[in-house]
Amino acid sequence: MKLSVGPLLYYWERSDVFAFYRALAPAAVHSVYLGEVVCSKRRALKQADWAAIASELSAAGKEVIFSTLALMEAESELAALARIVSASVTIEANDMAAVQLAGGRPFVAGPHLNVYNGQTLRLLGALGARRWVAPLELDAPALAELLAERPDGMECEVFAYGRMPLAFSARCFSARVRRHNKDDCSFVCGEDRDGLTVYTREHEPLFALNGVQAQSAQVRNLIDRVSEFEAAGVQMLRLSPHSDAAVPFAQVIEAFAHAVRGERPVECPASALPGGYCSGPLLEARR
Amino acid sequence: MADRSGIELVCPAGSLPALHAAVDNGADAVYLGFRDGLNARNFPGLNFSAADARSGIEYAHRRGARVFVALNVYPPPSRWAAATAAVDAAAEVGADALILADAGLLAYAAERHPGVSRHLSVQGSASNWQALQFYRERFAIRRAVLPRVLSVAQVERVIERSGLEIEVFGFGSLCIMVEGRCALSAHVTGESPNTHGVCSPAHAVRWVERPSGRQARLNGVLIDEFAPGEAAGYPTLCKGRFEALGSVMHALEEPTSLNVLDILPQLMAAGVSAIKVEGRQRSPAYVAQVTRALRAALDACRRDPASYRPPAVHAAALERLTEGRTHTLGAYSRPWQ
Repeated sequence: MKLSVGPLLYYWERSDVFAFYRALAPAAVHSVYLGEVVCSKRRALKQADWAAIASELSAAGKEVIFSTLALMEAESELAALARIVSASVTIEANDMAAVQLAGGRPFVAGPHLNVYNGQTLRLLGALGARRWVAPLELDAPALAELLAERPDGMECEVFAYGRMPLAFSARCFSARVRRHNKDDCSFVCGEDRDGLTVYTREHEPLFALNGVQAQSAQVRNLIDRVSEFEAAGVQMLRLSPHSDAAVPFAQVIEAFAHAVRGERPVECPASALPGGYCSGPLLEARR
Repeated sequence: MADRSGIELVCPAGSLPALHAAVDNGADAVYLGFRDGLNARNFPGLNFSAADARSGIEYAHRRGARVFVALNVYPPPSRWAAATAAVDAAAEVGADALILADAGLLAYAAERHPGVSRHLSVQGSASNWQALQFYRERFAIRRAVLPRVLSVAQVERVIERSGLEIEVFGFGSLCIMVEGRCALSAHVTGESPNTHGVCSPAHAVRWVERPSGRQARLNGVLIDEFAPGEAAGYPTLCKGRFEALGSVMHALEEPTSLNVLDILPQLMAAGVSAIKVEGRQRSPAYVAQVTRALRAALDACRRDPASYRPPAVHAAALERLTEGRTHTLGAYSRPWQ
């Protein structure tokens, strides 16, 4: 079982992004996913900055993959995608536009591509997918069913730690709750380093708003189930970046590295984010 | 290039009487699903048997209307055989088109039933022309239904670049998330549009009367609380009232409906091929009213787009059918975003 660090879903200060990835160089992870998945207006880092981070991580022995935008609407977004694809890097495709442009080269089928059956998985495999990230809403039995149908050589990656990306909209929720317009957003999403927690009227943490993305307030934490996923044939577990205010990210990586080596006891430090941990869909946590 | 002479009106049918209502009131096409849990309105008591579908298709064809069959969940391995059987059944009963989202199922339909048109469902999440190229090149789709995320200018661009017939939503409940990429319902209930063809499913809804008002709960989670006398809406997750930054608000969206009556000339000028009415879960009476109103508006717009004004009587009729008695242009209008 290998570990990956998923794409940074939040909008952080440029210096914080560089510091985050610099700290990953010695970390016990196999792969690091870079790039912007949520909003094309976020441009604190230019493509050249990402390339510089990528070469540092490659030099440290990490597999580097560029994740693409999940919701693609504008011509400018398609043009940016074309630039990423032509830069001869491996991409994580999060929209069929990326699969279309990747044109038969090896790629990772991202969690937003909607792969729910063996037929779709084989189709993407024939187009170059060599790894696929299971949709977040798949529960363990559904995933096991699908793993039995995957083509030879197709790796499976599972989102194992982090607030879960649940939905995307044309609307920017971070702007909306602050009475801003998306076209005049002032990048207020940058104020929420781990997303903005939304509570029910009984003060139960429910969602986290992150620009045009809605996440779970709860942090999915599958550390207790690492051996279960390994037995099912999953090859990679994804840890989704968050700020050290929630819990030092290095400690999360360490805990998972510990679990992957089969060492006991397996413990993950508590998260300071409202909502705490859950082990799958909210239903499982509540009942 | 799409035919710009007129926009097709595509109306919902959750039952044979609703199909009759749509056809009788001027729908150019009707869409329906089978009673097999494989379409995005998997509600108890709704949808068609194969026999009803056949009868409905005959009824529609005799009156010059077409019928599309929606099979737009993403079938897991355990339901794959049922999904392909449903594709076969739709072809067998004479459907004019299949509305599909799953790439594997599109491939199956293209191979086995090349003569039946394939429409990419809104659940296919294709919001740009490159994604549409993917589906067009591989599965020869004829039409795509766009997610409710694009402005009118962006819709026009997609039409120009894709060369496909483009269908957009015109009236009914408003999904504010990219369809096919929303797991809010899965998070709270374990069931979603992608996996089960439902969002915030009725069996998970509980109404609780309190002295302070009426609570709407979804799988126990408080989605909203309505003061005595306040209109209580269905607890769809994205329309709930929540607390954010210390205030209670509709953090994602208010209870409202989509209505494009005001912008029909712009949609026509953009080259939209078809307007879709949401609501297979609605009554035949509702379908009849909405179809009649939109038929009249589309005809007026087609006759004279330059001086088009939404017909007052029909605009009022539609307003009475909206959620919360309000409507929006949704993402078609930039300020909404």
